[in-house]
Amino acid sequence: MGRYILRRLLSAIPVLIGISIVVFVIMAMIPGDPATAILGSYATPENVAELNRDLGLDEPLVQRYFIWLGNLVQGDLGRSFNLNRPVLDEVLERFNATLILAGTAFILCSFLGIAAGVISAARQYGFADKAITFAVLLGISIPSFFLGMMMILIFAVNLRWFPVSGMWPIYGTRDIWALIDHLTMPALALAVVATGVIARLSRSAMLEVLRQDFIRTARAKGVHERGIIWRHALRAAMVSIIPVLGIQAGFVLSGAVYIERVFQWPGIGQMLVEAILRRDILLVQGGVVFVAACYVLFNIIVDVAQSLLDPRIKT
Amino acid sequence: MAFLKLLARNQLALAGLIVMGLVVLLAVLTPILPLANPDVTNTPARFTPPFSEGALLGTDHLGRDLLSRLMWGTRLSLAVGFAAAFIAATIGAAIGIISGYYGGRTDNIIMRFVDVLMAFPYILLALAIVAALGPGLMNALIAVAAVNIPFFARNIRGITVGIAHKEFVDAARLAGLSDTKIILTEILPNVLPVIVIAMSTTVGWMILETAGLSFLGLGSQPPQADLGSMLGEARSALITNPHTSLVPGVMILIIVMAINLLGDGVRDALDPRLKSGALSRPLPATLVDRDRQPGDTADGTALLELSQLETQFHIGPRIYRAVGGVDLQIQPGECLGLIGESGSGKSVTALSIMGLVASPPGKITGGSVYYRGEELVGAPYELLRSLRGRKVAYIFQDPLATLHPLYTVGDQLIEAVRVHRRVPKHEARAHAIELLKSVRIPNAEDRVDNYPHEMSGGMRQRVGIAMALANDPDVIIADEPTTALDVTVQAQILTLLDDLRRDRGVAILFITHDFGVVAQLCDRVAVMYAGRIVEQGTTDDILAHPAHPYTRRLMACVPELGGGRRRLEAIPGLPPVVDKLPAGCAFADRCDKVRAACRQGNITLDEIGATRRVRCIAPEIEELPA
Repeated sequence: MGRYILRRLLSAIPVLIGISIVVFVIMAMIPGDPATAILGSYATPENVAELNRDLGLDEPLVQRYFIWLGNLVQGDLGRSFNLNRPVLDEVLERFNATLILAGTAFILCSFLGIAAGVISAARQYGFADKAITFAVLLGISIPSFFLGMMMILIFAVNLRWFPVSGMWPIYGTRDIWALIDHLTMPALALAVVATGVIARLSRSAMLEVLRQDFIRTARAKGVHERGIIWRHALRAAMVSIIPVLGIQAGFVLSGAVYIERVFQWPGIGQMLVEAILRRDILLVQGGVVFVAACYVLFNIIVDVAQSLLDPRIKT
Repeated sequence: MAFLKLLARNQLALAGLIVMGLVVLLAVLTPILPLANPDVTNTPARFTPPFSEGALLGTDHLGRDLLSRLMWGTRLSLAVGFAAAFIAATIGAAIGIISGYYGGRTDNIIMRFVDVLMAFPYILLALAIVAALGPGLMNALIAVAAVNIPFFARNIRGITVGIAHKEFVDAARLAGLSDTKIILTEILPNVLPVIVIAMSTTVGWMILETAGLSFLGLGSQPPQADLGSMLGEARSALITNPHTSLVPGVMILIIVMAINLLGDGVRDALDPRLKSGALSRPLPATLVDRDRQPGDTADGTALLELSQLETQFHIGPRIYRAVGGVDLQIQPGECLGLIGESGSGKSVTALSIMGLVASPPGKITGGSVYYRGEELVGAPYELLRSLRGRKVAYIFQDPLATLHPLYTVGDQLIEAVRVHRRVPKHEARAHAIELLKSVRIPNAEDRVDNYPHEMSGGMRQRVGIAMALANDPDVIIADEPTTALDVTVQAQILTLLDDLRRDRGVAILFITHDFGVVAQLCDRVAVMYAGRIVEQGTTDDILAHPAHPYTRRLMACVPELGGGRRRLEAIPGLPPVVDKLPAGCAFADRCDKVRAACRQGNITLDEIGATRRVRCIAPEIEELPA
């Protein structure tokens, strides 16, 4: 197992290098002088010259990439001139907030989605199946940002169950209850689409598995129907559900950008949008590379989980 | 066209198609509809509520007519979404075809690059592109299209790889056509449908994505507005004037939902498994729908008795009568062989006993099964379940498919014990090891922790047998347990079953197509053809004097070891399809003694001698020699 994890980590290196190249190339497409773009139009010629020297912006593209990569590996993502602080500090702080939001949503959509899919399959063509199928269709069709706005209108403004926005109360203590209070709506809104997708996939994976011979064997043994569904079929269906969870994690992370905007959640998506609108290039670059790298690592965790679940995968 | 028919039959998909058609039509007609100018501001009339005079949907924060803005916004959103889908599909398909067609290093480099792009959470890539190009609708379109190119490239590459090695492509290559020409004339026409379908299922997604970027303020810039930026602008007035948010939000919802419905319909129409019912979930027990009175018990002493059992498969308008009135009795400790060709209904008969025929589409439509005089057909599920594995156990054909691949054999044996008896886990585990020893698995203590894929076929089947023995059942139903094994292993398994039967006194219903196996193991034999028993008797009798022409032909199929004086004969023709059985004898068409009377009426299973029955009007022997 240890060797398998190590192998997966090593195989991620080319992907990470690829990601750094892609981000670097995209950012190099910015028209005009990069130093001016980074510093903004009020930059003095001295500032520009200094930045050019620091980031090696006078060098040819390939050398600039390696300078940037070298800094990146050392944890130096540059400095945000708008915020006047190191990019890494800002990114870490904001990513923390995103992780809380997206992590909660991911756990929610995994459990709800799989449960809904399994129940739907177990009650195929029954009332529960139809109700879930309809809810799923609605869920995957509603734009999350619109859903978030409607939730604010109903549950925050009219019913006053939850605060309208933000991560912490403006006054008062910052404890776990305050966080849950603020987290509930955005996490739910973020989870809805992925829940729908996972429910759909789980349903069809379950139906596929329930037709297999080993299910008939379990029935012939006299296993209860509950055991057939949750122990035999779900276990086998998980093999095709887990990779989808990995993909959906990426969608949840993506969707967080909208949800953070709607609920004024101080996460990395919100940071990126603000940075783009202010043309804070280094902040965008650093944020994108950082999140993409985290996602690659997350997918390794998914693969390891898969190998733990399926003994047929050679580790 | 069959595809369009299928699509039309799916009402939800049709609804989606109609709604989408209407939306597109309205979007196309927008410029000529009598609408207010969407960009003319009228601040005094801001936030007019919906259904007001002159503003059907009200006005926004600048007093602009919402209906007009909605129409123009929809038009813009659709245009951008379709354009993005088209661009992504075209470029992605081109990359995919080149990668799949040329293969080798080209393929490798392109696909590694695609992998890298797909390693991004998609929106990060889109944000990076917008950051580089600057906010704006065109740039948002480019970003969304670019992000989706890898998806198309990977899909189309897969399809192309499949096509690039087909005969017609090889032929074109041998004919000296250039690669470009082959791609354009041979490959492209074949992948085009896939491209179109992939596009139709992703266009909703693209509309949503561009709307999302606009919502964030990175797409369309004022005063121009698509649905996303309308929603983004309305956000600040969400609490005071929710209608300005509702109008564009609901529109996006309608569009995306219509496209999703349509996409689901397309997918379903293309999936052949849905038609055949292969995706419906088998119920815990076979459905019972008897239109006749249950059959009688002829023999109260039998351990297991099948009386006029009928099982059918209802697939679409077709009804397959897999089992058409079967009578069988199994006495305690007896081994009864049920023999027949593939498709003769012997496995379905076996599975019907404990309600294990998958339904839908299977259905027990008549007759009875008695276990110690207790009716099992139509019995409550809980009774059936408590008997399964405890009193009546099964051994199936292919032990790789019939054991759960993700649990150790030990866990599966432990479960077999614990579903019927409340014993602590360690005790059940000890019992599992005992069971493995009793089926002569060496190193049972180690093997118990193996997964099925870590064992050989013969070992797996021993596990299957151990599992059947877990609760000391009265009857084991063995459904071709040796068919998937090679000959030496087959002999070992048969010996094992025979020993177990003698040691434990368990009755066996042994299903096979092999008379050699029957001769070795069974006390009595029933021969099945087209869902009915055609001959029944003791093994020795039948082997010595087959009465039914089919039995005789079936026996002639078994090769003689060593001797080889007899000709090995195949039975000409195929068994009849059980959805349109002929009148009279089902074997008539393949029988060399067929006469006119064979094709009329119902031919009954007549007794010839005390233990012998045959369903033939001209049996090979009229009565048993003394």
